[in-house]
Amino acid sequence: MLNAYDIIDTIKMIEEEHLDIRTVTMGISLVDCVRGEIAKSADLIYDKITRKAEKLVPTAEAISKEYGIPIVNKRVSVTPIALLGGAVECEDLTPLALAMQRAADTLGIDFIGGFSALVEKGFTKGDIRLINSLPHALDVTRNVCSSVNVGSSKTGINMDAVKMMGGIIKEIANRTADRSSIGCAKLVVFANAVQDNPFMAGAFHGVGEPECVINVGVSGPGVVKAALEKAPDADLTEVSEIIKKTAFKITRMGQLVNNLVSERLDVPSGIVDLSLAPTPAVGDSVARILEEMGLEVCGGCGTTACLALLNDAVKKGGVMASSHVGGLSGAFIPVSEDEGMIAAARSGVLTMEKLEAMTAVCSVGIDMVAVPGDTSAEVISALISDEIAIGVVNTKTTAVRVIPAVGKTVGDEVSFGGLLGSAPIMPIKTTSPARFINRGGLIPAPLHSLKN
Amino acid sequence: MSTVSSKAVITVIGKDAVGIIAKVSGKCSEYCVNILDITQKVYDTTFAMIMLVDTKDMKTEFAEFTDIMKKTGESLGVVIRATHEELFNVMHHV
Repeated sequence: MLNAYDIIDTIKMIEEEHLDIRTVTMGISLVDCVRGEIAKSADLIYDKITRKAEKLVPTAEAISKEYGIPIVNKRVSVTPIALLGGAVECEDLTPLALAMQRAADTLGIDFIGGFSALVEKGFTKGDIRLINSLPHALDVTRNVCSSVNVGSSKTGINMDAVKMMGGIIKEIANRTADRSSIGCAKLVVFANAVQDNPFMAGAFHGVGEPECVINVGVSGPGVVKAALEKAPDADLTEVSEIIKKTAFKITRMGQLVNNLVSERLDVPSGIVDLSLAPTPAVGDSVARILEEMGLEVCGGCGTTACLALLNDAVKKGGVMASSHVGGLSGAFIPVSEDEGMIAAARSGVLTMEKLEAMTAVCSVGIDMVAVPGDTSAEVISALISDEIAIGVVNTKTTAVRVIPAVGKTVGDEVSFGGLLGSAPIMPIKTTSPARFINRGGLIPAPLHSLKN
Repeated sequence: MSTVSSKAVITVIGKDAVGIIAKVSGKCSEYCVNILDITQKVYDTTFAMIMLVDTKDMKTEFAEFTDIMKKTGESLGVVIRATHEELFNVMHHV
């Protein structure tokens, strides 16, 4: 039986605490869209995406209206394009990215992900083509997102790929220099990439997925912070309980939306990603949750412990609320997309080294971090290798989305607009890792016993 | 969990004025929406009402009804939301 308190509680979460569904993402397989001729493949890709996702936006909007739940983004993820890229008679795969962009424009979706390659153990012809196409493809498209998986706990780290990605990121930054190097914000380098992630830039439709599927990513840092504000003196066991209960409610909403979209579109319901995804808006920050737990500023000593508690409690609360949990599931710490993280980075308390430590206990990794434009490709590769090593050794997903903002240096800021926000340029160590990076090869998979 | 029930919740929050209940229930009647329960209070000058309604015989689509309620609220200077009951059930009941 409903009571007035519950109803007001829900409305308050939505109206005042920024509770929303961050994304409804339709995963679409494109494995049947490849032909020798790249133009033909591009047409087939466009046709399939626009056919399958034809009603995605109106359906999500109708549900949003009927249930009073904001659904911020409608997105599509597709089969990693590198899997198709080996079969076409063309080295540059940009026409396939353009087909994705065209489909995104027709559908009115916010992002389309899957211009991706999985190279954790080595490269196929398609993988090489895709990686080399990234600077051009991300320059000429607006909503296409890309990811490259360079390591996994089962295979180790492909250091040749890590080396390549440092150079590619620099090239993308240069090609999109007139737009704050925004191309780099649409590329993520992963370890242990997940196949059903609804969040960008890393979403792609994995090879083990069905023909078409609906995945939902929830949000709600503001709701968690508001709940903690009511218990300023609670001990940390109680803090964990409060977060679990809040995460449960948020995730139930996500599961409801997943079921509704899936039923109305007659597409299988996939996963709910139990994430706390911040936005640059005040009151929607993960950093501010950590500060509510008792830190003066996010990034100081104690930050990793607070984040570990938060991440674990979000998962525990969310797991029971959803039939199928997946994706990245956990608290995100993208610097430019989080008002509190931006402030902490600006103040100098949040450093690159602390961010790296935080990524060992939270979802994903060094995300939306802007570094000086003159940072060398080797330093970026080495930053990637550190982050990927954390993921590979700890059997978790980690990632790097770093923007070497051309023409900017420490003390400057760079603005991307919308959900991508703005970021102060963070200092990064510049001592040369060139000899290490240029060695190439494969860092072997870690031992999964004798854990210490 | 998502088998849609015909029940919905209408919430009205805002500055108290003459005729709020009359106007909202009038709209419900106009569209054949049956009122099952009403909880209403005035806190100082703030009017708050929660109505549980049945939309089984409703003469319009639910999405349109939410718009009608929103506009009715705007004409009265209050905020009116019509939401499927299911949202509150899933969030607050295991």
